[in-house]
Amino acid sequence: MSDNLYELKDIHKLFVKGREPVEIFDGLNMTIKRGDFISIMGPSGSGKTTLLNMLGGVDKPTQGKILFDGQEIQSLGEGKLAKWRAAHIGFIFQFYNLMPMLTAAKNVELPLLLKKLSAKKRKENVEAALALVGLSERAKHRPSELSGGQQQRVAIARAIVSDPDVLLCDEPTGDLDRATATEILENLQQLNREFNKTIIMVTHDPVAASYASTSLHLDKGEFVERDVAA
Amino acid sequence: MKQTKTVVSMSLLSLPQRGWMAVTVVVAVAIVVAVLLAFLAMADGFRNTVNNSGSEALGLVLRAGSQAELNSGLSGDQVRLLRDAPGIKHDDAGPVTSAELYVVVDGTKKSSGTSANISLRGMELDGLKLRPTVDIVEGRMFVPGKNELVVGAAVADKFTGFALGDLVRLGKAEWEVVGVFSANGGVYESEIWTDVRTVQTQFNRGNSFQVVRFELETPGDIKPIQEYVDENPQLNMDVFTEKRYFSDQSEGVFNLIFYIGWPLAIIMALGALSGALNTMYTSVSQRTREIATLRALGFGGSSAFWGTMAESMVLALIGGVTGIVVAYLFFDGMTGATLGGNFTQIVFAFKITADSMVSAMVIAVIIGVVGGFFPALRAARTPVVKAFSLEQ
Repeated sequence: MSDNLYELKDIHKLFVKGREPVEIFDGLNMTIKRGDFISIMGPSGSGKTTLLNMLGGVDKPTQGKILFDGQEIQSLGEGKLAKWRAAHIGFIFQFYNLMPMLTAAKNVELPLLLKKLSAKKRKENVEAALALVGLSERAKHRPSELSGGQQQRVAIARAIVSDPDVLLCDEPTGDLDRATATEILENLQQLNREFNKTIIMVTHDPVAASYASTSLHLDKGEFVERDVAA
Repeated sequence: MKQTKTVVSMSLLSLPQRGWMAVTVVVAVAIVVAVLLAFLAMADGFRNTVNNSGSEALGLVLRAGSQAELNSGLSGDQVRLLRDAPGIKHDDAGPVTSAELYVVVDGTKKSSGTSANISLRGMELDGLKLRPTVDIVEGRMFVPGKNELVVGAAVADKFTGFALGDLVRLGKAEWEVVGVFSANGGVYESEIWTDVRTVQTQFNRGNSFQVVRFELETPGDIKPIQEYVDENPQLNMDVFTEKRYFSDQSEGVFNLIFYIGWPLAIIMALGALSGALNTMYTSVSQRTREIATLRALGFGGSSAFWGTMAESMVLALIGGVTGIVVAYLFFDGMTGATLGGNFTQIVFAFKITADSMVSAMVIAVIIGVVGGFFPALRAARTPVVKAFSLEQ
């Protein structure tokens, strides 16, 4: 097994805005190692979220290759990509994206419904994931009965419950106050350090970025600077 | 399967978020179903009433080419000749026949106070024997030669001034109601009967008749009479069994009701369909982020499709069942009156049949399927990147 989890080779991404084509990436190359905790910062329109989407297989490059564990993912069809995401990727969104009509436990269970697991095993996994984020007591609460920080922790539990290789976080603390954001970032750091999860986090917040082992700055589709946290 | 089940239950659980829109679809479908059922119940009830009124054991003749009693005309000589025809049953008093004259009189409806046509039938005493479903339920039969009436139960019930003992002015004379009869819900219940000679006198009809009823020697066999009529140039008549006659009479009205009901229901269904489409597109739009999030987690597009279809179908089915219940409660057994083939009121009971209910549910299901299909396609094609959208 190679140390490189992702390899992005000569990535081009073209959008058509109005009638004008806009090139977001023009030959981007990047390697992400297994167990990395990478933050990606940059101004609006720099391509952060587009990059995250391509890494998660929800968007495709116009040209170039994205290799995940040596497998090209940009050429997979929708069905195979969905299965690939279910097997390898956990998403954490800025606005949590929980299902409002389901309890915390049912929200966390969602990714497990895509796997061949018994109801008992699913229940055990859900309880373990909620315990990891400190929300065992809130399993039967609906999102509307939880604070923003608690909702994001439910979202983290949902992202890790199926034991994915990678967590892709899109502004995971963007909607939270500082104290709550710190709790969430510590959760992510713990997942990276204790469970060796590869984490790629898009953020505008330098404090959030400082929790990552590697901080990348994107501007006009290029990495302009690369910091490694101490 | 687990995916689809989960997404379906999520769609249904989120219905309260779209409460009023969902109620609108349910109500629209219920109205379509109820209106269609009302028309079908009317058509079925009318046909049932008319069918109950005809017998294969009885026959009748009209002037050739007459479509109904009202535009028929038979002379006294023709009636006398016809009584000698083979195929007519005889009893101790001779052939069992009733020569009848039929005039239209005005009555006032209790429900609206408006006037409506009622059939006044002059008949001979054998006329009662020739209507085996008829029973005098109050009072007695009229006495020939007197201005006495027996009235159908529907007339007594729906029209003013026709209760037992009432005096009523018809034409130039005053008549007494001496009896009320029932006819097992058949068309006769919408008629008034009296002595045929009295009608001829009071309405200046000379020695004319419009129809002769008779009992057949062999039920259903009108051939000997038809041959007798064909061989006798004075008898320019059409011969029918009573059942066939009523069936022919009802066909036009039945078709009219039936073919108004369906197009109306279809036009209304298009309106309900547009409501369903609107609601389901709104549903998909409101749940875009949820659907996209599920897709991002690895759920397939088909689960989003079936989730939306299930919501649409559930709304349509609730609407369909509601419409059936409402129609059944309000229309089944309700009595109505419409013009029969003789331009007189025929009172009948609405009848909601199982076939009509199935037809109504088919309409509801079609609204559900079509109303859900296109929004469901949109749901299935929701781009996964919408999960990352900043729009709430």
